[in-house]
Amino acid sequence: MKGATVMKGSSTSKRPLKKSAKFTEVQETLLKEGAAIYVDKKGVESLYIDFPYHVNYVHSYAQDSPFFLGLAEGKLRGTRCEPCKYTWATPRTHCQFCGEPTKWVELPLQGKVHSWTTCHYGSEAFLKETPYNLVIVEFEGANSVLLSRLKACTEEQIYVGMPIVAKFASEPKYLITDVWFEPAPGALKG
Amino acid sequence: MPQASSTVKPPRDVFSGTATPASTKRSGRRVYVVAGGVTKFAKAHPDMDFRLMCKKAFDQARSEVPNLRLNDIDGSRISYFSDHFSRQLKASSMVLDYLGLNPRGSVRIEWGGATGGECFQAAWEAIASGRMDTCLAIGYETMSRVQTWKGNEFIALASDVNYDFPLGGFYSGYYALMVVRHIYEYVRRTKFANIKDEREAQKKAFEYAGRVMAMVSVKNHRNAMFNPYAQYPKNLNVEDVLKSEMVSYPLPREDICTMSDGAAATILCSEEKAKELTEDPILVKGVGCGTDTMRLADRPFGKVLLMPHEKASDYAQLEYPGVHSFRAGRAASIEAYNHAGITNPNKDLSFVELHDAYASSEIQTYEDMGLCRYGEGYGFVERGDPFLKGFDYGMKLPNAGATPVNPSGGLIACGHPVGATGLMQAVMAFWQLQHKVGERFGSEKLQVPNAKRGAIHSHAGTGSAVTVSILERVKP
Ligand SMILES: [Zn+2]
Repeated sequence: MKGATVMKGSSTSKRPLKKSAKFTEVQETLLKEGAAIYVDKKGVESLYIDFPYHVNYVHSYAQDSPFFLGLAEGKLRGTRCEPCKYTWATPRTHCQFCGEPTKWVELPLQGKVHSWTTCHYGSEAFLKETPYNLVIVEFEGANSVLLSRLKACTEEQIYVGMPIVAKFASEPKYLITDVWFEPAPGALKG
Repeated sequence: MPQASSTVKPPRDVFSGTATPASTKRSGRRVYVVAGGVTKFAKAHPDMDFRLMCKKAFDQARSEVPNLRLNDIDGSRISYFSDHFSRQLKASSMVLDYLGLNPRGSVRIEWGGATGGECFQAAWEAIASGRMDTCLAIGYETMSRVQTWKGNEFIALASDVNYDFPLGGFYSGYYALMVVRHIYEYVRRTKFANIKDEREAQKKAFEYAGRVMAMVSVKNHRNAMFNPYAQYPKNLNVEDVLKSEMVSYPLPREDICTMSDGAAATILCSEEKAKELTEDPILVKGVGCGTDTMRLADRPFGKVLLMPHEKASDYAQLEYPGVHSFRAGRAASIEAYNHAGITNPNKDLSFVELHDAYASSEIQTYEDMGLCRYGEGYGFVERGDPFLKGFDYGMKLPNAGATPVNPSGGLIACGHPVGATGLMQAVMAFWQLQHKVGERFGSEKLQVPNAKRGAIHSHAGTGSAVTVSILERVKP
């Protein structure tokens, strides 16, 4: 029962809803969905019901679309502001410093670990993927960095400065996870 | 043998002047805090919805100023972080009518983790501008209504949903990324600079930093044992913290705050009104706010924003803020210190209540707030500066009491009902400065002796927004 998990750690006890002859069927459904009464130490009753909420967003990548389309072609695209001589590894289509439009550039497919972590927990949507490694990637010739996943290596093997290479999904889903990084050949030795 | 990282080399002059903190010329009226109230922060308050929690915090604040009638409150500023947590949009309106504050003016404040701190400053603005003489700042969050990992997902939706969230959307992961680089910059490259093997040097640096972060967790959990409003008072030691399960390397469970239900309220007044209501009003001496890019990956590698006690040559080699420091916290501190006339935060502040969502970010924040120089955060803890004097932490701490940080127990031990947190800090600082901790907590253990001036610091996701406010005792 979902409600029961929510209440873990609080000093209340739980009892089922009273069954009424009139609404048995409705109440059976509510009970199955998690409806319950919680009683605290002073005997105060709080009624809980489950209250689901699902949404499907029609999400446009809008001006960021070339980046995600690029991933499907095995390309990493950043942006560059020529007047500022600044290249973003995570693209932005207007310059953060002068406000002018930037132009799309291709990034190298190899870089280095700028920072990293191994997540042993995650949001609900990613719990089943744990443990996973996150990495901040620095590229030769780029002024900013890129957040990605780091695969094909363990927590013990990763270090700041490790050379890594980009890999692309053979069946792209048009998500940032269409690209990830792995240790460069030979990087795990020594 | 693995080689060291060659960090990104940007054209540094690109950033010159782009991050100067706001002007600190103030022409507004003086603003005082006259009352505060807070519910106990808890995993869940099944018997109270957000309206009733706010009512309890509000009533406690009102009990501190019995001469203030409901009709004397000119309006309010109200804060909660996320509509997702209760699936009730525009919930603030329901709080206002429950408290009896219609038809007076209000506005809802949302600024991520800094929501409460921003609400406090919005109320300050309402008084300073002359728009109101009495303004309620109230905030809350009900996070227990969804499962913990769903809650983490809601919080992570406050990161870029194109580039960051789908990678594993997890704030503990983002903060771990930040502290890993912090440890690399400030521990591996200094304390262990003589070790050539990169992996070995980094392992040693993480071990060392992990123990220091655990000391922060011990401090905050043990402080909270004397704070009846705290959610997780615990008599921990360093080994307990290090043994707790790893959440996101190098941050174990006990280095991380939890989700909570709770509410907090403060009442702010003009000088004239404050004098009518209390013998002991607390002056809001300075306010500051800073921001930074939403994505960690967009933070520049430029120059440090300097405080008066620092020189550019101190940080000649440092690329700032990168992903290792909170530039918004620096900007907010500089603005607030200038406003309050603070030139040496260590000397001028009796205590600090700061946003320790992670033990790591507490250490990073010491540096942002100028309590020590960049790179000195770990040593600051080891020497004992942020610990309370004469308090049993089970450790030798020669400098204990120098600048107590989070005497309340902070977010790590008090809990973090987002919209209430920054206001809870204001209430804790208010009681400290009124020298009423003993009265409110039933124990003098956490009262900072002769507290004269305190800072509160509220911080949003990965440092994308930070507020710092300076509170000062005026009664002799
Ligand atoms: Zn530009």
